[in-house]
Amino acid sequence: MQNLKALSYKLRQNVVDMIMAGKAGHIGGDMSVMETMVALYFHAMNISPENQDDPNRDMFVMSKGHCVETLYAVLAEKGFFPIEQVIREYSQFGSKFIGHPNNKLPGIEMNSGSLGHGLPVAVGMALAQKMDKRPSRTYVVMGDGELAEGSVWEGAMSATQYKLDNLCAVIDRNRLQISGTTEEVMHQDSVEERFAAFGWNVLSVDGNDIDAMNAAFDAAKDVKGKPTLIVANTTKGKGSSVMENKASWHHHVPSAEEYEQIMKDLKAHEEAAQSVRPEGGLSLQAQQSKTQAKPLTERSEREGARI
Amino acid sequence: MNKITNRQIICEVLSEHAKTDKDIVVLCSDSRGSASLAPFSKEFPDQFVEVGIAEQDLVGISAGLAKMGKKPYAASPASFLSTRSYEQAKVDCAYSNTNVKLIGISGGVSYGALGMSHHSAQDIAAMASIPGMRVYLPSDRFQTRCLFEALLKDEKPAYIRTGRNAVEDTYEEGNCPFEMDKATVVCEGSDALIVACGEMVRPAKDAAALLKAQGISATVLDMYCVKPLDANGLLAAAKGKKVVVTVEEHSPFGGLGSMVSQVIGANDPKKVINLALPDAPVITGTSKEVFDHYGLNAEGIVKTIRENL
Repeated sequence: MQNLKALSYKLRQNVVDMIMAGKAGHIGGDMSVMETMVALYFHAMNISPENQDDPNRDMFVMSKGHCVETLYAVLAEKGFFPIEQVIREYSQFGSKFIGHPNNKLPGIEMNSGSLGHGLPVAVGMALAQKMDKRPSRTYVVMGDGELAEGSVWEGAMSATQYKLDNLCAVIDRNRLQISGTTEEVMHQDSVEERFAAFGWNVLSVDGNDIDAMNAAFDAAKDVKGKPTLIVANTTKGKGSSVMENKASWHHHVPSAEEYEQIMKDLKAHEEAAQSVRPEGGLSLQAQQSKTQAKPLTERSEREGARI
Repeated sequence: MNKITNRQIICEVLSEHAKTDKDIVVLCSDSRGSASLAPFSKEFPDQFVEVGIAEQDLVGISAGLAKMGKKPYAASPASFLSTRSYEQAKVDCAYSNTNVKLIGISGGVSYGALGMSHHSAQDIAAMASIPGMRVYLPSDRFQTRCLFEALLKDEKPAYIRTGRNAVEDTYEEGNCPFEMDKATVVCEGSDALIVACGEMVRPAKDAAALLKAQGISATVLDMYCVKPLDANGLLAAAKGKKVVVTVEEHSPFGGLGSMVSQVIGANDPKKVINLALPDAPVITGTSKEVFDHYGLNAEGIVKTIRENL
């Protein structure tokens, strides 16, 4: 059993190292979406390097593709590729670790980057799973600024038309986008009501609470006849006061001083989480999670040749 | 006078294969009637997906289905499919390399008097410039069948444009030479080369017959595979010719004419004349009236060749 709260803060440090080395990255959204991604890959989804070609694996689409750094950190922790390689190669000339998901890399199903594409694609995946009566599920993560894209709502309509209860969408509701708050740019405050009106089952939770996210994904699996939307209410830049709730950190490379402070804050969070005894600090669902990450060094040696 | 449209043939071929291949899925955006795919939707309701008037969703869902091993054929008017869902074609199909076949129906100026919103004079240029996207414009019903039989065997994305109206046959039942991604030599001559695609191949063939009566011999090349353009076939057909004329139901920019000119210019420089629609909303009329107005007919091709020999 793994302390997923501590893991979330450990992986945040990997993301910051990636962004510092690559001198690029959408750090604010990476930090806000971390618990969503950890809950998906270490609790909710049936996916690993061992079953990545199994037609019955769960499917995932990172529709807010600009937060690929968090996806890389999570996939590396799952053993798809070594984190050292990601940090070394991310955004470098000729690298496969580009600034948006690319399915030339193991563990990544679809290329993304342009917003508003993920939900229709996920609808297609979930529809195929239904057609073939597969036990698997499809997950898609969107940003809240992304909801201004009309194609999101085309996908939202078709997901209920085809009663895709094997589809679970997450909105990383961090309330900030490049130009300011989502409410200033294009209001999204009634997102729960909007999706409910489209016929979705809607859950609204603290998206930076790993236990709440795990529980939400579990609850979604029990809903029949309609897709589920989890509104993950998060803090952009979560983990350090240097970057929390600052729109300017949507895409930002920390200075040396900022880096020191951010890493100090993230490490403190990680250590605090580690000091909490699992039975007291984790939900029942998290304790029952069978997903176990392997030590980084073993994985690096074994998986390094894949890329 | 042929009354069978190319889109009817597409429905026939897909229906024949869908009986045994349950991974074939047809998707429409409230376009099953226009696409002549209503018979498919009735016969194979479990292999038919209606998405409503939502082309972005149409292509995105197709890509998701393809990722799961399905073989989606998404049919929607070419004007909308090639522009409204252009980015889905680029990112979800070509970039993600999903086995999605995009069928642009009622292409070019098929919709005649409905105006520029419904015309697709830009689809070749748009689709061909996407890395990994193939572009096909079959000429008649027999070639349409051959093309779809070939497409059913591969697992790569492609855009196929077909017209709304029945077109006169270029080939014959049981005699339609076809090799995937190789242009078809319709007839051979020594003075001029006419390269055409889609509905312009038959007028090109008629033009060659008219020229023959006037003592001018022309080769007609059916470049149904606009991308990947059959450069070797083109250069072989162009060898020794005094002039090359391209004919297409498309904008003068970025289509067959542009691509043929690139290949000829780089390898066997000679005069290349591009016959195409104007860089403007076309005159109101049926597609035949539009073609006649702009010289996209046998007489127009003959005139062009006579003036340039």
